Amino acid sequence: MAEPTTTPAAPASVDARAGAKAAVRRRRRYSLLTRHDKLILSLMVGIPLGLDLLLIWLPAVASVGLSFTNWSGIGPITSDDIVGFKNYQNLFTSYIFFRPALAHNLIWLAFLTIISTPFGMFLAVLLDREMRGTRIYQSIFFLPVVLALVVVGFIWELQYAPTEGFINNALGLTKTGHVIDWLGNPRINLLAALIASSWRHVGYIMVLYLAGLKSVDPSLREAAAIDGANQRQTFFRVVFPVMGPINVIIVVVTIIESLRAFDIAYIINRGKNGLELLSTLITNNSISEASLVGFGSAIAVVLLVISLVPIVLYLSRVMRNMAT
Amino acid sequence: MGDAPFYRRSPSELSELFGLDLSRRDVLRIGGYASLAAFLAACANGGGGGTSSGPGTVSVGSNQSDTSATGGPRQGMADVTAAFQKATGNKVKMNTVDHGTFQDQISSYLQGTPEDSFTWFSGHRMRFFADQGLATKVDDVWDKVKGNFTGAFAEAVKGNDGHIYGIPVDYYPWAVFYRKSVWAQHGYKIPTNWDDFKALAAQMKKDGLVPIAMADKDGWPAQGTFDILNLRLNGYEFHVDLLNGKQKWTDARVTNVFKKWAEITPYYNDAPAGMKWQDGAALLVKKQAGMTVIGLFISQEFPASDVDDIDFFPFPDMGTKYDAEKALDAPIDVMMLSKKSPTLNKDMAAAKSYLEFWAKGSTQLTMWKSAPGFIPAASDTDTSSFPALTKKAVQIVQSAQRITQFFDRDTRPDYAGPNGMQQFLLTFLSNPNANPTALQGTMQQFWDSLPPEK
Amino acid sequence: MIAARPTRPANRARTRPGRVVLHAFLIAMVALWLFPLLWAVYTALRPISDTVTHGYYSIASTLDLSNFTTVWTAAQMPQYYWNTLVIVVPGVILTLLISSMVAFALTQFSWRFNLIVLMLFTAGNLLPPQVIIIPLYWLYLNIPVPIEWLSDNGLLYDQYIGIILIHVVFQTGFATFVLSNYMRTISREITESALVDGAHVLRIWWSVILPLCRPALAAMGTLLFTFMYNDFFWALILMKTGDKRPITSALNNLQGAFFTNYNLVAAGALLAAIPPILVYIALQKHFVRGLTLGATKG
Repeated sequence: MAEPTTTPAAPASVDARAGAKAAVRRRRRYSLLTRHDKLILSLMVGIPLGLDLLLIWLPAVASVGLSFTNWSGIGPITSDDIVGFKNYQNLFTSYIFFRPALAHNLIWLAFLTIISTPFGMFLAVLLDREMRGTRIYQSIFFLPVVLALVVVGFIWELQYAPTEGFINNALGLTKTGHVIDWLGNPRINLLAALIASSWRHVGYIMVLYLAGLKSVDPSLREAAAIDGANQRQTFFRVVFPVMGPINVIIVVVTIIESLRAFDIAYIINRGKNGLELLSTLITNNSISEASLVGFGSAIAVVLLVISLVPIVLYLSRVMRNMAT
Repeated sequence: MGDAPFYRRSPSELSELFGLDLSRRDVLRIGGYASLAAFLAACANGGGGGTSSGPGTVSVGSNQSDTSATGGPRQGMADVTAAFQKATGNKVKMNTVDHGTFQDQISSYLQGTPEDSFTWFSGHRMRFFADQGLATKVDDVWDKVKGNFTGAFAEAVKGNDGHIYGIPVDYYPWAVFYRKSVWAQHGYKIPTNWDDFKALAAQMKKDGLVPIAMADKDGWPAQGTFDILNLRLNGYEFHVDLLNGKQKWTDARVTNVFKKWAEITPYYNDAPAGMKWQDGAALLVKKQAGMTVIGLFISQEFPASDVDDIDFFPFPDMGTKYDAEKALDAPIDVMMLSKKSPTLNKDMAAAKSYLEFWAKGSTQLTMWKSAPGFIPAASDTDTSSFPALTKKAVQIVQSAQRITQFFDRDTRPDYAGPNGMQQFLLTFLSNPNANPTALQGTMQQFWDSLPPEK
Repeated sequence: MIAARPTRPANRARTRPGRVVLHAFLIAMVALWLFPLLWAVYTALRPISDTVTHGYYSIASTLDLSNFTTVWTAAQMPQYYWNTLVIVVPGVILTLLISSMVAFALTQFSWRFNLIVLMLFTAGNLLPPQVIIIPLYWLYLNIPVPIEWLSDNGLLYDQYIGIILIHVVFQTGFATFVLSNYMRTISREITESALVDGAHVLRIWWSVILPLCRPALAAMGTLLFTFMYNDFFWALILMKTGDKRPITSALNNLQGAFFTNYNLVAAGALLAAIPPILVYIALQKHFVRGLTLGATKG
């Protein structure tokens, strides 16, 4: 790692000792940092980085390795266990749950992209003005975000239960005896899970976008107002284009949330019967009684690769911003 | 010991081996007295339960997390702990984990730092982990207590290598449960064959009840119906072979199971996939459903005042020669010793003493008092306090020629799980009248894609 | 350009009917938003006897706190609150300390690999946890922790320190990213003059930079509290002792044990949800700023 350097500014007020030190430092390498300082700085970055590599990236790479094996997770990995690409072959051609899970993740993405995220943005735009109660509105929309997904799952269970839940009762369906099976019907339970999840997601997006809106230079708006633009024109022609970086973040957050979707589906029914997701497939294969660690790792690698796309996009955009 | 593999010996076969013409109850009684005597003798010889030479500690991993109106399994475990500590002076460190989570995590649990002893299920599920070297053999404990268990239990705790890996703690039959008061009110009679069963369901529907409650959100309850239909229609041998991969899921006999099943699905409640088994039980509790195929543990969902109203009957005969087997699911829960517990070596004496303690009827009875849905397996259990329901449950298991452990305990876990058989049956239930051959093809394809079991 | 005349009052006057519609819409939305939560509160306040007789979709004949008191003891809530506290408080503090250190080092000084390090950290936080869980589990069983008070079984597995550690490492990425964005706006001259004054870097970090970052730290602190408190997955896999698991796992237990008693489970869920709600209400302003510090300064 390169040594940290600083370009020394002209010392404003320097006492004798510091002056001497500064002189010493300047004489060395035009650097203000002592060797001691450099060591500390290296540790300040190095130790966390080391932990990050050890506990996050090493396992990620190990998952890739495990995906080429048949290992059951018990005992040592022998050469018998190595099966090459067989897990991937099985996954893409014959594993009947892969395509539904992938489809569900895509539906999740579509729903968030077309409905939840825009709604969050819409709320943000509505609330980005001086008016009474905007703080309260914001708080309420954001409230589900601070709830644990287990709690969110349960709150919505009270709504979705076939005979005791609010929705079926309110619609009068429990009397007719033909209730809507919100959580059990594979054609609609994904939608039910998405609604529960969006209850949270909308608030999150709203806050992100709101802060972005607040950072837009007010003079731009004033100029637009003076030029006679109405609210909608101001937003679409002036504000929105300037929100470039925020928009990228919103897109990336949306994509990542749809790939990471796990908790609600798992809580409802362990991710089966319409709620299969890549993340639940991994869990049900590797971290369950089934113990198909190799196969589960292959699914994990697929999820990793898919996730890296938006991550890399996001980070390259961030890098570009930082470099300028 | 004979030609047929251990898990195929029935209680009647074994008593015949001794050339005795005894009724099952006689066998039980004789066995009970004999084992009691042997046990007392062992106590006198071995000293204080056998191996403990001073107070030790045993850690226990338990999935008995439920509480209920009668206390529940969690309470029962606590009572047993207290009794054990009092009787032997050993200490118990209990780790109770949510029932479902314990099962889901069992693989990582046993490989990590498990407790010395843990609750588990017999059958393929037990043998699977024994084969992996994650359980400790308990032949020495078994030698001391085996007199207290019938042959069926002895077979159930044997691993593939012939060694013993667990102590049977309790069992419960699966049957068709109903409320006596509801049936009396409508004048229903117990159906003994399939046609009567269907006719009864039709009548219940007319009377405004949900004829058969089916709550399959967890995925496993429906496996009970699959099991019993397969056992009645195609026999024990075929069932066991099917679950071990020796028969095909595409077999016409399996098609027949689904076809027959479709004859009663119209009598199920709405939304079976959205209700957990407790919801289904609630339908019975609230007198909204006529009957349901479930295990004896349904009794823990009833308020104490209503427990006496519960009754059951064996699944009706299907008109095949296999009806005579009177086969049923009667899963057995066991107490095992782990292998990788970091404290096991130190605690070995106390741990084995704990297992021996569990082998006593009095211990199992303590557990039963809080969890009456689970019948003690020990022969010397004092059955005088058993209500009629429990005695009937004991009877139906004893009169069974063939006993299975339940689908997800008899077959490989990667086939039986949420992305597996649980899903296949949910798919069936969502459209029972569709031609099952496509589903069967999927089932076979899925089975074939699984890696060979080591 | 014409000197700014406040334009907003004019807007307000012109669009009053528009404002009314806006408020009406927002109030309707808010009601819809709060409803599921309020329904859970309503259910929790009803004794089980009431709902058994009348069903859940009914007007309550009585409302009381009996479910809350029952679940408090029956589900051992104090125990689980404590577990969560033991995990989350050190987790938040450690994460803030570490990420502010990293952010400080990366932003106040020029390194050749600044951006790559930052990317590694941030990307780590964006990965789905399922991708790393199995090898992580194995690491936790094999990394020795010989320090007695940190680990009573010598491993990271089934220990609070293990959960704290994965939380810290997982969240440091995000926290570093956000804090470094904030710190980049702090002029390097401040650091430089402090160096010239003879201070060591640690001292500069602690006494000079951190106080300047107070708003950002408060914001990140509240966010991290929420993320760590609400986690469900890590403790599920990396711990085996039921009594040590945090409160989100306890809710799982609760559902298993009292399944058909929605009232009890609702009370338990709400009790579990209270701390983050309180933290949120107390530090509301910082929440918004915390989430967007990374976004807007980029």
